Amino acid sequence: MLDEALKTLKPTSPEEVQEIVAEAGAAARSVAVIGAGTKRSIGGMDRVDALLSTARLDRIVDYAPDELTLTAQPGVRLADLERLVAGKGQMLAFEPPAWTRLLGARGEPTLGGVLGANLSGPRRIRAGAARDHFLGFEAVSGRGEAFKAGGRVVKNVTGYDLMKLVAGSWGTLAVLTQATIKVLPAPRTETTLLLFGLPDVRASEAMTAALNGPYEVSGAAHLPSFAARARPLKAEMPVTALRLEGFEASVAARAEALYAALKGFGRIDELGAEHSRDFWAQVREVEAFAGDPRPLWRLSLPPASGWKGPHALPGDALYDWGGGQAWLLSEEPAAKVRGVVRGLGGHALRLRGGEAFGPREGALGELQARVKAAFDPLGVLNPGRMEGGA
Amino acid sequence: MRMPAPDDATIARKGEIVRALRRIVSGEGVVSEPPALVPFESDGLSAYRQQPIAVVLPETTAQVSEVLRWCQANGVKVVPRGAGTSLSGGALPLADGVVLGLSKFNRVLEVDYANRCAVVQPGVTNLGITAAVEAQGFYYAPDPSSQIACTIGGNVAENSGGVHCLKYGLTTNNLLGCELVLMSGEVVRLGGKAMDADGYDLLGLVTGSEGLLGVVTEVTVRILPKPQAAKALLLGFPSVEAAGACVGDIIAAGVIPAGLEMMDNPAIRAAEAFVGAGYPVDAAALLICELDGPEAECAELTGHVRALAADRGADFVKVSQSEAERLSFWAGRKAAFPAVGRIAPDYYCMDGTIPRGRLPQVLTRIHELAAEYGLGVANVFHAGDGNLHPLILYDADKPGELERAEAFGADILKLCVAVGGVLTGEHGVGVEKRDLMGEMFDPTDLACQQRVKCAFDPGLLLNPGKVFPTLHRCAELGRMHVHRGKVAFPELPRF
Repeated sequence: MLDEALKTLKPTSPEEVQEIVAEAGAAARSVAVIGAGTKRSIGGMDRVDALLSTARLDRIVDYAPDELTLTAQPGVRLADLERLVAGKGQMLAFEPPAWTRLLGARGEPTLGGVLGANLSGPRRIRAGAARDHFLGFEAVSGRGEAFKAGGRVVKNVTGYDLMKLVAGSWGTLAVLTQATIKVLPAPRTETTLLLFGLPDVRASEAMTAALNGPYEVSGAAHLPSFAARARPLKAEMPVTALRLEGFEASVAARAEALYAALKGFGRIDELGAEHSRDFWAQVREVEAFAGDPRPLWRLSLPPASGWKGPHALPGDALYDWGGGQAWLLSEEPAAKVRGVVRGLGGHALRLRGGEAFGPREGALGELQARVKAAFDPLGVLNPGRMEGGA
Repeated sequence: MRMPAPDDATIARKGEIVRALRRIVSGEGVVSEPPALVPFESDGLSAYRQQPIAVVLPETTAQVSEVLRWCQANGVKVVPRGAGTSLSGGALPLADGVVLGLSKFNRVLEVDYANRCAVVQPGVTNLGITAAVEAQGFYYAPDPSSQIACTIGGNVAENSGGVHCLKYGLTTNNLLGCELVLMSGEVVRLGGKAMDADGYDLLGLVTGSEGLLGVVTEVTVRILPKPQAAKALLLGFPSVEAAGACVGDIIAAGVIPAGLEMMDNPAIRAAEAFVGAGYPVDAAALLICELDGPEAECAELTGHVRALAADRGADFVKVSQSEAERLSFWAGRKAAFPAVGRIAPDYYCMDGTIPRGRLPQVLTRIHELAAEYGLGVANVFHAGDGNLHPLILYDADKPGELERAEAFGADILKLCVAVGGVLTGEHGVGVEKRDLMGEMFDPTDLACQQRVKCAFDPGLLLNPGKVFPTLHRCAELGRMHVHRGKVAFPELPRF
């Protein structure tokens, strides 16, 4: 884990980022790359010599609502970005979570951190992940070279899509100095249909039925009773929730059709727009698991078999993304968790309690290592953070 | 445009290469006689032609792996090919290389409705995926114009778009996984049926890599439930500026149409003369706007869009009253390329993307350039996302016209970059835009991309001569340009 006594470097320009990384490479030193540091507790890392924070690269470069694009430096705070685009009736459609309470972190998540970790919320199932909205960037590679990729328009296939590679690379390939993302119109309204008391398997069937119809469901979560107790639900039993967003007439029509389609699953309630927003913020932030000391896992699974992961692993679980993302609190050994999930065609990320990633293996593991070396051959940036352990 | 000088020694080994390929793929799976190679000489960018040493058409992943392993061990270049519909020369053969065709990989392996995905072989056509799932009310969203012929493997290689990608995304936004064979013959699986990558998102990296990183032998795509209804509007405007402003208004109103296309007057006239779709032939610009979703939403949004168009002075408005009419509205747009093909012996299709707000300026300049080059131009445009398709009209039989058309095209793409756009929105760089990459990227940017190539294919044997204007050996690219002593070491003010 990182040493709190480490010196924090806070460059104020891309040139300064480049100097720092080049110097670190020349001196065989390494740095931990952070935005506000709210995700620092995730994953293991080899010893580093300093923290490189992008917090002072915090300028909004260009917001073009008509073009659906926003260009900003990585240290811009997520909350500020969301306020800015909300002012024009727009949103970051991938609904990035902050996870600050979940991880017991201090500080305000930044754009760079959101992209570096490819963080996406409940709307992932409909709008895609952070990586799907990442249009272009400028960065400094581990070689200390400033480079750029992509563009500032919404449709572009010129050159390799390095945005996909950098999204979710956890700062191991390059330090972002500027990013362009796609923004979209925010929905006019939303509503959430609730089903009560369904066991996990039945809830999975309900979510599948909703997602497989023409209802444009933009959130599909299942909370067991311990998680459904909180406001605004205050339910004493499991709750399965399905969100509909859009123009008023459309939401009303889809709610009616979905209501009819789900009749066989028992009582259905509806959350109004305001409660619906509160509820999905809680799902996005995995509020139910905040403050629990047990190891925390995020399981990515084929949605319809999402429930099978937690059923094979003792602990507490809740489900988002129609079952495709299962949150699990479990003391089971890491190798067992990863093995069960892999057996179901998925993969597991540990957010608390040890290494985030599993070991790199085989031809794919070697390829991942060569990709890392292409950008950071000396291991200057976040060494060991994605190489995995148990 | 010049390809790297072919290696005569490799060409001279044709007999040995063909025998080796026949040992891996028997019978008709290896094509080597010049007349039989003719269909493989070119792709959709038909101005360029080249016969390869041979074409190999394997049927299994194991055969693909063996072919690549043998070619790597023997220093033979490989060009992967789907249906050969690339508009940028992505599948253009090399004189000293082998074409690896995936046409026999044509099976839908699994449709998993519960997980809303289909596992298919790369030679399945784009439309073939929808055909396999539509009885259950699903479809595959990306819809390039060539969807009846183009294969999903080629779509992955080119990150293909289509008229519906404004709302539903490009290929990359609709993939879950693939099986990839590296030039070394190693087989890796990227992604699967779960969302998000385990480790680096190599699936996202490989998508749109134009056949330079690996050969895709299986693809898992997302399938979507079909929207309940769809309506199309034809909106004619007296000026391109008014049509462009209307597009901005639609987006600003919070409407993301399923498709939002623009055609200028020459394109409108050509399409109308070809298919008789009912287009207003006197309009300076035509918007085709498609809205989909529940009936209630289509009705509500149709009203919004009509009102916005009226505010911008639209003098022709038609809303589709039936599915047949909606399709007829699209028929003209979808036939725009062949329609233009009727008014000129040859046409050359460009593919830059611009910030939408710059459209009037860019179209004005394109018409000025057309006059300067003495060539005609018709414009079709994915207006919602700023992806411009100028069709340059020329006659290849007239000496110098092809060269003039290419120079005109290059000027258009440079213009796109100059106004803040990019060289290619959906057709890929290939050989066509390769030498223009320097307009967008500096040598360091390109070196970063080429090092990715080196991580996948250190011998640079897979589809070389495409995408990158200069071939650098991987050893040279790997060199660090920062050395001890050149920076502030040993004082190390920061460390």
